Amino acid sequence: MGEVPVKVTDACTGCGVCVDACPFEAIDMVNDKAVINEACRACGQCIDACPVGAIVMSEAEAVDLSDYRGVMVYAEQRGGRVHPVSYELLGKAQELAAQLSEPVYAVIVGSGVGAGAEELVRRGADKVFLYDDPTLADFRDDPYTDLLAQCCKEEKPSIFLIGATSLGRSLGPRVSAKLQTGLTADCTYLDIDPETRLLRQTRPAYGGNIMATIITPNGRPQMATIRYKMFPEAVKVDHPKGSVVEKTVDVSKVRDRVKVLGFEEAKEQVSISEADLIVSGGLGMGDPKGFELIREMAETLGAAVGASRPTVDEGWIDYRHQVGLSGRTVRPQVYIACGISGAVQHQAGMKTSDIIIAVNKDPEAPIFRISSLGVVGDLYEVVPRLIEKIKEHSGRA
Amino acid sequence: MSEGLNIVVPIKQVPETTEVQFDEETGRLIREGVAAIINPFDEFAIEEALRIKEKHGGVVKVITMGPPWAADALRDAISMGADEGWLATDRAFAGADTWATSLTLARCIERMGGYDLVICGLKTTDGDTGQTGPEMAEHMDIPHVCYVSEITEIGDGRVVLKRNMDEGVETLEAPLPLLITVGKDINQPRLATLRGRLKAKKAEIKEITNNDLKMDPNEIGLDGSFTRVVKLFEPEVPEAGEVVEGTPDELAEAILAKLQECKVI
Ligand SMILES: Cc1cc2nc3c(=O)[nH]c(=O)nc-3n(C[C@H](O)[C@H](O)[C@H](O)COP(=O)(O)OP(=O)(O)OC[C@H]3O[C@@H](n4cnc5c(N)ncnc54)[C@H](O)[C@@H]3O)c2cc1C
Ligand SMILES: Nc1ncnc2c1ncn2[C@@H]1O[C@H](COP(=O)(O)O)[C@@H](O)[C@H]1O
Repeated sequence: MGEVPVKVTDACTGCGVCVDACPFEAIDMVNDKAVINEACRACGQCIDACPVGAIVMSEAEAVDLSDYRGVMVYAEQRGGRVHPVSYELLGKAQELAAQLSEPVYAVIVGSGVGAGAEELVRRGADKVFLYDDPTLADFRDDPYTDLLAQCCKEEKPSIFLIGATSLGRSLGPRVSAKLQTGLTADCTYLDIDPETRLLRQTRPAYGGNIMATIITPNGRPQMATIRYKMFPEAVKVDHPKGSVVEKTVDVSKVRDRVKVLGFEEAKEQVSISEADLIVSGGLGMGDPKGFELIREMAETLGAAVGASRPTVDEGWIDYRHQVGLSGRTVRPQVYIACGISGAVQHQAGMKTSDIIIAVNKDPEAPIFRISSLGVVGDLYEVVPRLIEKIKEHSGRA
Repeated sequence: MSEGLNIVVPIKQVPETTEVQFDEETGRLIREGVAAIINPFDEFAIEEALRIKEKHGGVVKVITMGPPWAADALRDAISMGADEGWLATDRAFAGADTWATSLTLARCIERMGGYDLVICGLKTTDGDTGQTGPEMAEHMDIPHVCYVSEITEIGDGRVVLKRNMDEGVETLEAPLPLLITVGKDINQPRLATLRGRLKAKKAEIKEITNNDLKMDPNEIGLDGSFTRVVKLFEPEVPEAGEVVEGTPDELAEAILAKLQECKVI
């Protein structure tokens, strides 16, 4: 059996503090001594909690990881257009790399994506690895996996970041399995532990009720997928010093088993991720028709329409509008929530909005605990009047 | 395909509620009294497997890696109509992250007597990564397609299917064997029948331990995991501002003032 790395020494007094501190119920009291069981995830909470310092982490066997240097970003693109999440990751990569005194890399795969590679250099990448070939025009997991894995094996970055888009969440796990390294899904925050120089990857866990920080001590690169709209984009630097490194693509050496037959763009282009203004409707509307009012309000303001999950589950609106843990993360200047209670899972997708305005009948609604302006009222009474007032106001302006 | 398809559905048992309760004093997860269910997304996977079997013939096997009581999830799947339940259980498997879980499941599936199609849930409500499926496919060296919303054709060793990407819907053709992940837009899972329940009660659950797999202890469980949870903490909440009450007109006025203040109108 795999040994648990957390050990209880003889100094244990049997006080039981660690039993309560353990989030995984991994400690039992046996004959007045703490015993770690196999539920242990080596989170270290018990080590911090033990008043007598009787719990220790056994040192992981040292693997030579010093070969790995550099923070690499996967630059996702479709039709040659680099996805903005890639620039966000590039910005974060620059921060992490500066702390580590390591270079910043980007890797881009596609057909005719040289201009995208140049843009990544202009935004501060030290090296952009370019895999450009007509056969790579459409994204397919197989060849993209093989090329990214090849790039990591050749360039040996210590950290490899991928956007947690639909594409990235399909590709990332495949690459990490191939490279035999860990992957942390859907991170919302990243930083470097100054002592160990390890990447600390933080993500919502247990349905967003709690945040977990995860490390990858022995696998390289340390891989994470990161949510869109979590970090500001890397901006153009004054004197870009980086360069594009063209990599050869040998199509006979990459797997390619799945064929793309067609692509139908979503009818309604919902770009809530990019919107500066969002008006969202929740179950409190009581009826799918509520979205007519929300849409009218959104049109009046030039805003995008968001939604809580149950309204999507009920089929009132397409899932691409869903804001939250299992939907999109949004970060608009103003987010207006109408008839949304503000469950932690919804908050997970919108709480970093600059200004949150909430309309809710219930003065106790959790949404009011995070809103800049809470309005206690019936959305069917308040919103139509608000639309009138906005129209009046713009008429005057 | 005259002999039908060999379909494997990896399922996970998860706590019924995701409104995880914490003991305020100790900050510890409260697990007592929380029922265990099949991960909701995995029910769509089971349903899709059953539909394919009904149309093309074959066999549906469910597998879970978990504690002995995860056998309940397998029986639930059998009562929906699955043919075989396989339980990978061993203390040595415990504490696995997605890398170790997917490798163990891959090795199990390879021993279960052939596979044409592996159908996973989109993600679990507890682990919540959606990584196990694609990682498993890589360990088995078969292709995978995530977020499948419709299977339009199966035959001659190939599948035509649609997948939901952020920007729209892609139509793909993939060879078998193949792994797919499915979400709630693919079907409406059936309920278990009484007959199904009776069958499930009597069904034999086949156990797999590491005595069978003989995997290196460094590849399984906590030791086989590359990732470690080092800290758990409460999410930050932004500071609340004012909460206003009044007539609908006053309230609309308050919002208008706020919108003007942030210069969006
Ligand atoms: C794993 C997991 C992931 C999840 N992911 C998401 C996610 O991504 N996004 C998401 O939104 N949810 C998500 N949820 C669901 C979440 O927990 C809540 O159930 C959901 O957000 C509630 O939606 P709601 O606020 O629209 O509905 P409710 O909670 O029912 O709230 C409706 C609100 O409307 C108010 N109201 C009623 N009538 C009126 C009226 N006439 N005028 C004004 N106010 C009125 C009520 O007071 C109430 O506060 C997830 C849950 C889980 C377990
Ligand atoms: N322990 C497990 N046993 C069997 N299948 C699993 C297990 N964990 C995950 N899966 C499968 O992988 C999918 C994604 O899980 P996750 O990566 O945890 O979000 C699930 O919907 C299941 O189909």
